Amino acid sequence: MIYIDLFLTFFKIGAFTFGGGYAMLPLVQEAVLRQSWLGLEEIVNFIAVSESTPGPFAINMATYVGNVMGGVFGAFCATLGVVLPSFIIILIVAKYFLKFKNSHGVKGIMSGLKPAVVGLIGSAVLSIGKTVFVPDGFSDFIFADAEFYYCIGIFITALLLAFKKVHPIIIICLSAGAGLLFGIIFNM
Amino acid sequence: MKKIIQLFWAFFKIGAFTFGGGYAMIPLIQGEIAENKKWITDEEILEIIAIAESTPGPIAINTATFVGYRVAGFFGAVFSTLGVVLPSFIIILIVSFFLNQFKENRFVKYAFFGIRAGVLALIIKAMVSMYKKAPKGIVPYLIMGVSFILAGIVKINVIFVIIVCGITGLVTYNLKGRKEQ
Repeated sequence: MIYIDLFLTFFKIGAFTFGGGYAMLPLVQEAVLRQSWLGLEEIVNFIAVSESTPGPFAINMATYVGNVMGGVFGAFCATLGVVLPSFIIILIVAKYFLKFKNSHGVKGIMSGLKPAVVGLIGSAVLSIGKTVFVPDGFSDFIFADAEFYYCIGIFITALLLAFKKVHPIIIICLSAGAGLLFGIIFNM
Repeated sequence: MKKIIQLFWAFFKIGAFTFGGGYAMIPLIQGEIAENKKWITDEEILEIIAIAESTPGPIAINTATFVGYRVAGFFGAVFSTLGVVLPSFIIILIVSFFLNQFKENRFVKYAFFGIRAGVLALIIKAMVSMYKKAPKGIVPYLIMGVSFILAGIVKINVIFVIIVCGITGLVTYNLKGRKEQ
């Protein structure tokens, strides 16, 4: 049943996301693609929506995927799933382990997880990069393609702005404008 | 009871006005929970953030649950978490309705063509800031490389990679600790 699948999938995602935000992306990508709930392109589109609406990325993503797959109740199940692991773990920590963050066990595990998250987001960058630059695959890919170079142009500009600490919403708006301009001029 | 309603409302406001999640929330929590209501101290906020970072799940949820529990016990935790989740939940339900209506629209498609390239840049930015916060050295670099290859190229289950990296960290950290003692 879709509601149970949504709940369990997002429960797992909630239980294994360390560091919040984009650290969740590789897990979401894998789970959602494996069950063919959404395409990678739709996930990337939604990241932009999530950046431009208030609230944590995890909640936004769970609500969106849940709603697409199972309406309002689907959204509820997915959101409950993603919230529950944190909720339970934090209650236990708040109650029993006030020395939790200084324990050698936790420090050790985190010293392995922090670099792992970097590598995992890297893997998401790889697959999302493919979807962004060569959406139709490498087979009929032509380097003279105007669309490809335009896309690279937007990407490099956005990257420079991001590292200049320009707000993500401004970057998304500018990229949207650039995409519109290209679409209207070339009538893709 | 009054405190629980206040917690709900405070976190509802925090959920409704935080763009970009997690860390963007911290100044709001500081203003609302520490300075306005004086429910916890600034120092406790730092402690809560450290705990939120080393437990799974979204930072926003972890923080809301923790603060709620500290201030008003179990039901404080329930209502703070509900408060921080509800605005996103409602807004996204509305937004996905419009997204579905307009996703076949030509201009929306053009816009998203550009947006996807921008989002890729934002993800890379996030990766770099995670890199800055990660420990440096041979073992961490190995973990970064191996987890990248396993998840991105070999396409092994991400949860499995996370568990293996956690255990590797636990073992190497404690071995290093023993040697230094």
